Amino acid sequence: MRVAEIGAAETLRLESVRKSYGVSTPVETEVLHGIDVRLKAGEFAALIGPSGGGKSTLLNLIGLLDQPTHGKVWIQGIETDKLGDAELTRLRGRSIGFVFQYHYLLPAFTALENVMMPMLAVRGRPDDEMRERAAALLDEVGLTPWKDHKTNDISGGQQQRVAVARSLAMNPALVLADEPTGNLDTNSADGVFDVLRTVNETSGTTFLIVTHDPRLAQRCDRIIELVDGRIVSDRANMNVVRRSGAVFSESASVPSAS
Amino acid sequence: MNRLAPFEWIAATRFMREGLVQTLLIIAGVGLGVGVIVFMSAALAGLQTNIIRRTLNYMAPIVVIPPDRVARPLREDRGGTAALVQPRSQQLRSIDQWQKVRARIERLPDVTAVTPVISGPGFALRGDANKAVNMIGIEPETYLQVISLGDKIVAGKLELGTSDIVIGTELSKDLGANVGDKLRLTTASGASDTLNVVAIFDFGNKGVNERNVYIGLRAAQNLLDLVGGVTSIEIKVHDPFDAEIIAQAIQSETGQEADSWIKTNAQFFTAMTAQILTNTLIRFFVGLTAALGIASVLVVSVVQKSKEIGILRAMGTSRGQVLRLFLLQGGIMGLVGSSLGSVLAYGFVLLFRSIATNPDGTPMFVIEIDTPLLVATAVGATLVGLLAAALPARLAARLDPAVAIRG
Repeated sequence: MRVAEIGAAETLRLESVRKSYGVSTPVETEVLHGIDVRLKAGEFAALIGPSGGGKSTLLNLIGLLDQPTHGKVWIQGIETDKLGDAELTRLRGRSIGFVFQYHYLLPAFTALENVMMPMLAVRGRPDDEMRERAAALLDEVGLTPWKDHKTNDISGGQQQRVAVARSLAMNPALVLADEPTGNLDTNSADGVFDVLRTVNETSGTTFLIVTHDPRLAQRCDRIIELVDGRIVSDRANMNVVRRSGAVFSESASVPSAS
Repeated sequence: MNRLAPFEWIAATRFMREGLVQTLLIIAGVGLGVGVIVFMSAALAGLQTNIIRRTLNYMAPIVVIPPDRVARPLREDRGGTAALVQPRSQQLRSIDQWQKVRARIERLPDVTAVTPVISGPGFALRGDANKAVNMIGIEPETYLQVISLGDKIVAGKLELGTSDIVIGTELSKDLGANVGDKLRLTTASGASDTLNVVAIFDFGNKGVNERNVYIGLRAAQNLLDLVGGVTSIEIKVHDPFDAEIIAQAIQSETGQEADSWIKTNAQFFTAMTAQILTNTLIRFFVGLTAALGIASVLVVSVVQKSKEIGILRAMGTSRGQVLRLFLLQGGIMGLVGSSLGSVLAYGFVLLFRSIATNPDGTPMFVIEIDTPLLVATAVGATLVGLLAAALPARLAARLDPAVAIRG
């Protein structure tokens, strides 16, 4: 049995993963040429590389939003290539959290409700437990005073922190972050990164973070470099900068009701 | 968030509130469409009921008369010799063994009342005035079950003795005869009788008010020289629209000729069928317009929200949930729109009542909006909403989250 062999301690495993677009057409292009990656539970890894190198494609495959042309993806020991759409959706909902460059929060809902959304989608109806968990997560990212605000009424850094809290709602084993700080100023970016790091340390959640910012990559335990669809380097970071020293200055004062 | 509400409901209502202007505009559009449909349906039903009521006022749904006499040539025409057959004149005559025929008709299902009638031409004379009339000899106790003559009496009392007569308002005016006055009825054969006017009726139809006079069955039989006979049997049925079918059944059952009001008013029925068809077409297209409105608003919403839908899908929302989320929006728009439309239709009716009046201020005809019509419209509009949302909902459910988020 493959699951037992791989072991639950391995959050992610990719074996010879290839991805082509326009399969069986004259314009068939392979963008990933045989990727092998393993992430152990609790790892905090950066995925770096130039634009167009296949980082987002790889992240979509790992996030079960897309299927590889060849090769296999295991999430927590579960082989995913045989699963149907409904099972993939379920596995994605329970095991994987997403943070994107843009927050994609639902503007019709408050910060708290946005964090509740993954739990609501999976369980069907809202309950007190969801509310409490969402409140605790918002507290963790320093946004308690803003929890009842609509997401359009808070700053970009705060929105991204709501998105981080939302990605953690289902207590996923793996969080995939695609340039989570790409739209933020340095201070806000550091703040968001600190949150990710803290969650990783306190709950043991595995993180894979795509970033263009070498400064932020230096704050990860492991740095994987993807160039032209191939992993050109995969190394442990010996000089990890764990804390930025940034403070959530925005959350220090309670906002005026708007 | 209402804790009783499922995810789909919460998200659907929030999405609709988010695009409030769009939502309100489309609900107004659906409301207007539903209002027009409800009003038109009610107006058509009102118009039909009115015409039917007025027609059946003075006319029985089914009238049984003796079959026409036909002249038969003595020799069969075997070619060569041509026989000229002149149609026979139809003299006034009684239905053969009418009591038996009546009993047979009474036993038929769907027949609610049966009455024997004898009618024929005559003249009403009073002083120097002389008017041609249609004498109708009736058996009041059964006749009133078929024709609501009792409700039409405007003066006097409907108590028909052997020497009494009930006349219409027009005839009363022409002859100058009022309740308590006497007038003389004569027939072509010279038989005549002097009768007391005991009541005056008004059917709201000038011809009827001028020509029809009601006298006792016996008196009419004597005047028309058909002692013991009746010229027709008039029948009332449960549903006037079944009259033709029942008439055919009576005809085959009794061998007499049975004419339904549908046959005698064929032209009116053709007009009504055309009207119903036009109305159905208009309703269909109004419904289609509302459906296209809902569909287009939802398609725009799916396009606008594709990223949010993508992220919802990434977070573990199933295709089914996304599908239901958009179907629900269509359904809600349909339901809310139809409620608004019902109120609007009621407003149209009130407006119509104040405009469409007779010179004396009474309504031309009564339009009633009944509960079954409203329930049917609400259910129909909700279904149309769901149906209209089907395409956008499928679009949304089929969104590839990876593409939606990237795009």
